Amino acid sequence: MEKQLKVSAIKDGTVLDHIPSNQLFKVIDILGLNKSSNQITFGTNLDSKLLGKKGIIKVSDKYFESDDINRIALIAPQAKINIIHDFEVVEKRVLSIPSTIKGIVKCMNPMCITNHQPVETLFTTIVESPDFKLLCHYCERVTDKDNLKIISNTQ
Amino acid sequence: MPKHLISIHDFSRDEILKTLKAAAAFEQNPSQPIFADKVIASIFFEPSTRTRLSFETAANRLGARVIGFSDIGNTSVTKGETLKDTIKMVSNYADLIVIRHPLDGSARYASEVSSVPVINAGDGTNQHPTQTMLDLYSILKTQGRLENLKINMVGDLKYGRTVHSLLQAMSHFNPSFLFTSPDELKMPQEYKEYLKKLNIPYQETKQLSDGINDADIIYMTRVQRERFTDPIEYERVKNIYSLNLSMISNCKPNMKILHPLPRVNEISQDVDSSNHAYYFEQAENGVYTRMAIIALLLGVENL
Repeated sequence: MEKQLKVSAIKDGTVLDHIPSNQLFKVIDILGLNKSSNQITFGTNLDSKLLGKKGIIKVSDKYFESDDINRIALIAPQAKINIIHDFEVVEKRVLSIPSTIKGIVKCMNPMCITNHQPVETLFTTIVESPDFKLLCHYCERVTDKDNLKIISNTQ
Repeated sequence: MPKHLISIHDFSRDEILKTLKAAAAFEQNPSQPIFADKVIASIFFEPSTRTRLSFETAANRLGARVIGFSDIGNTSVTKGETLKDTIKMVSNYADLIVIRHPLDGSARYASEVSSVPVINAGDGTNQHPTQTMLDLYSILKTQGRLENLKINMVGDLKYGRTVHSLLQAMSHFNPSFLFTSPDELKMPQEYKEYLKKLNIPYQETKQLSDGINDADIIYMTRVQRERFTDPIEYERVKNIYSLNLSMISNCKPNMKILHPLPRVNEISQDVDSSNHAYYFEQAENGVYTRMAIIALLLGVENL
């Protein structure tokens, strides 16, 4: 029996697979795909042996810079990135959390300057495998994984 | 030398020692009007009598003119001006900016926007590096060294930014620590882990009497009522953490008591006349230390 794809294949571009379903729209947000003019198909709550339910995003004719794509490691570390040429996977990329995070994440300290003035957040990543924490460049406080809030890209 | 002093980690061990050496030179000769052509901006977005007067005294002793404000009441901040715009404007007028601001991280941001050196005079509950520098100067001056000292930190070790910065700065000098605090105000785990990584020994106690006789420095801090959810607990703790003259009768002869001030009742008045009391001289040392920091950040190399 032929396996049917829930989200149709793309000829050229990038496939982001194994995204936790509840993070799918955040991934779209972080990558700024809501502003993209590329053809994008995505599915969510698809069955996954690994995650139970997963999301997938296929972006035609788009290849991300490592620095850009690595930003989603914050919320979807186990995501798989496949580069597609002529319907074939030509490269698989592994995500790694960037050593510094500019923007994207809100500092959890309510008294931090970044939460009161138009200042872009900046963090140093502290990896304590398998977890990570973000040290704020401004207030010097730590935002841990459980308190991670993504700044929306939609405005 | 770094361009700014925002956090005590901005200065290396050698840069700290260089600053303390310069402070000693200014103490020897406090009136050195080397900056008669300079303007120093002292911008205080929240009130702080001691720090502001200390900085302005330091600037005046260096011959510089001081501009600025001591609260935001009559400034364009009340009209909604951003910190960025205020700093951009002030850095066009002045050769150096001293800033106190209620938000954490505000001084770091100011240093990124400013075209002239910025000194952090306290950003919220985050850093107050010139206080740390004057604490180090006071320790060096009274003990003759910074290395291998036993330091007992007492009181609010959870929220007290002065103890956190001092702990980090002293970690260059092979100290050992005793942390004396009630359970509610214990030294946060992250600082204890920091010490563990550096193999710096520390112990913790709830009893003020435990760590007096073998300490070189007792660093007292104020236990603030607003830190407690239970007012009865506050009353109990407040009375326990009160140092009086009879408690220090068997201490080491070189032992000095430091306190960032203002003091309430954590040091009894009868301690003031003892030769172990050093908190008022400590405040005076702030002027020399701040002169040194200003001079070094304005590029003076030979003091």
